[in-house]
Amino acid sequence: MDMSAAEVKRAAQAQPSSSSPHAEPNGSEILVRALQAEGVKYLWGYPGGAVLYIYDALYKQDTIHHVLVRHEQAAVHAADGYARATGDVGVALVTSGPGVTNAVTGIATAYMDSIPMVIITGQVPTPAIGLDAFQECDTVGITRPIVKHNFLVKDVRDLALTIKKAFHIARTGRPGPVVVDIPKDVSLKTAPFHYPDKVEMRSYNPVKKGHGGQIRKAVQLLLGAKRPYVYTGGGVILGNASAELRELANLLGFPCTNTLMGLGAISASDPKFLGMLGMHGTYEANMTMQHCDVLLAVGARFDDRVIGNPRHFAQNERKIIHIDIDPSSISKRVKVDIPIVGDVKEVLVELIAQIKEATVQPDTAALAAWWQQIRDWKKRDCLAYRGSSEVIKPQMVVETLWKLTKGTDCYVTSDVGQHQMWAAQFYRFEEPRRWINSGGLGTMGVGLPYAMGIKLAKPDADVFCITGEGSIQMCLQELSTCKQYDTPVKIVSLNNRYLGMVRQWQQLDYGGRYSHSYMDALPDFVKLAEAYGHVGMLIEKPSDVEPALREAIRLKDRTVFLDVRTDPTENVWPMVQAGKGITEMLLGSEDL
Amino acid sequence: MKHIIAVLLENEPGALSRVVALFSARGYNIESLTVAPTEDASLSRMTIVTTGSDEVIEQITKHLNRLIEVVKVVDLTEASYIERELMLVKLRAVGKEREEMKRMADIFRGRIIDVTDKSYTIELTGDGAKLDAFLLAVDRAAILETVRTGASGVGRGERILRV
Repeated sequence: MDMSAAEVKRAAQAQPSSSSPHAEPNGSEILVRALQAEGVKYLWGYPGGAVLYIYDALYKQDTIHHVLVRHEQAAVHAADGYARATGDVGVALVTSGPGVTNAVTGIATAYMDSIPMVIITGQVPTPAIGLDAFQECDTVGITRPIVKHNFLVKDVRDLALTIKKAFHIARTGRPGPVVVDIPKDVSLKTAPFHYPDKVEMRSYNPVKKGHGGQIRKAVQLLLGAKRPYVYTGGGVILGNASAELRELANLLGFPCTNTLMGLGAISASDPKFLGMLGMHGTYEANMTMQHCDVLLAVGARFDDRVIGNPRHFAQNERKIIHIDIDPSSISKRVKVDIPIVGDVKEVLVELIAQIKEATVQPDTAALAAWWQQIRDWKKRDCLAYRGSSEVIKPQMVVETLWKLTKGTDCYVTSDVGQHQMWAAQFYRFEEPRRWINSGGLGTMGVGLPYAMGIKLAKPDADVFCITGEGSIQMCLQELSTCKQYDTPVKIVSLNNRYLGMVRQWQQLDYGGRYSHSYMDALPDFVKLAEAYGHVGMLIEKPSDVEPALREAIRLKDRTVFLDVRTDPTENVWPMVQAGKGITEMLLGSEDL
Repeated sequence: MKHIIAVLLENEPGALSRVVALFSARGYNIESLTVAPTEDASLSRMTIVTTGSDEVIEQITKHLNRLIEVVKVVDLTEASYIERELMLVKLRAVGKEREEMKRMADIFRGRIIDVTDKSYTIELTGDGAKLDAFLLAVDRAAILETVRTGASGVGRGERILRV
């Protein structure tokens, strides 16, 4: 396979094996003990030559539950989905070379959405590094731009502290994935095991408490606002600050919006919630963003999907308060007036306290007028679509799913494309950490592994994966993993036979030249699901949608694949096209 | 506008790569970069000369601070500072030129550190402008080889960069 076992052992200087209970543990045992000390319950991974000693150590313990996936990309996605739903650090284990390169997409996905993860990668033995060894790749070099940090552990005596640092870095400040690269001989060498209680790094001390003076200025601005707006993103969810955000919103009575990543931070049924904003956000959410005079941005980064054309965005004068844990997110694309760097939860608590003490009252007359303007914008009813009794509208499928699962313990994951936008628009999330999707990198293929990862940790919840026939084929092999580990999920595939979002852009911007966005030779998904031991359903009539979803939910212990044939001509509206301002929305095909 | 950024970072393998990768990934310009351990062997000090608008420099500083191994970042150009760079220049010095070369070196307070019958190697220290001026002052055709270290900088007086 790779270096012979004898060569690896020689490289490890033939230390006494740790089969005797009083001998020092080897690197693999140190790793396992460190993971146990961190409270790791689940590990998604795929074995290979470089990690065989680690897998040996895993075999000999039973507190960490390892899931064997069918592709390393899915191992990282599953751990990522688990982290998004629970707030814990997601942990994955892959081997060297192709194991790492397969994991890269998953790592980059987690990096773009700031998800706390630790990815353990095997590496060739230290004497072989740099010699183009079998299954060698420069893991640290390849992952450097897509991790919060990475480590190559060259000495087994550094391993325990490195794992401690990795978890600390992953979960503090702005969270992110951390890669720990462990050469095979290091996983065999022995050292005493000592897991430190805490770790202090002089070079890494994320700011938690917001600057008092800035908070005071923000309070003044908010209370004096005539057309205020609260714009929140994934940072509120990552910072577990949904409760504080709701308290603030209720205190002030201001209109609120969430980004794609922030859905659920504010309850969708809250009348102050105007819907998602941005490229496919609601008319009222975008108009309010453009015309507000005071904008409170909380845990959101003014992404290009949200602000549209930056020059157009800057045309209207507004004062911006920006609360974020990462200083580099502040004034990156949009200049802000009152930056507040700190932990979102802590800053909101302080803000609320100061607002309660303030003697100035908000301008209720101006606010009433502002709400009237917003109600007028809402009259557009921008999400309305023409229903049909002949052909299934994808929006209707999501709405039906929402109606059937309202108030239940359920999670919705999605892949990327039109179906993702419809899921975000039509499924009304009441709680944070229930909507699990790849926003920053927009990675097709995450939906099924996300669902799988979440179901393992939340066996009593219903987990739905809203996907498309394109996206679901990217990590399809994980249907096998779902079967092996008994993680029944419900896959709702909105099958329009096209790469829908690409087709929409080609229709609008490329003269209807549908270059390679039509999928021929799709499999019989029902037979495919059954081949993997699951239940498959083909739904072609609108009247069959609700009964099929009900049946899928009723089959609590089975993975169900619903191949829903939807109308291929439907587009996602509203839409802010590339280069346009956020008020220049297309609201339907009549705008073309 | 030219900025000189001083960075204190952990003296760990890969730390330099991370800084360079940051600049190249985000399209920031590195005019010169020099790095060496400080009196505390666990810390390295890096000096980067870069150009960019105020917004770009602000982003560079914030991104540098975000790197896990970076302990402290200071933009020296924000207040008064001293900039020094070392240059070794090998010049053709044959016959009548030798007198002129020696005079040039003296004027710029450089030192001749290598001598052959056809060349001088001159060691020169100063800020970047002084080194540029020397290269402009000598006959272009006489320059055989130049090697510069890139600028190092330190704040004046009480402006101290330490952990």
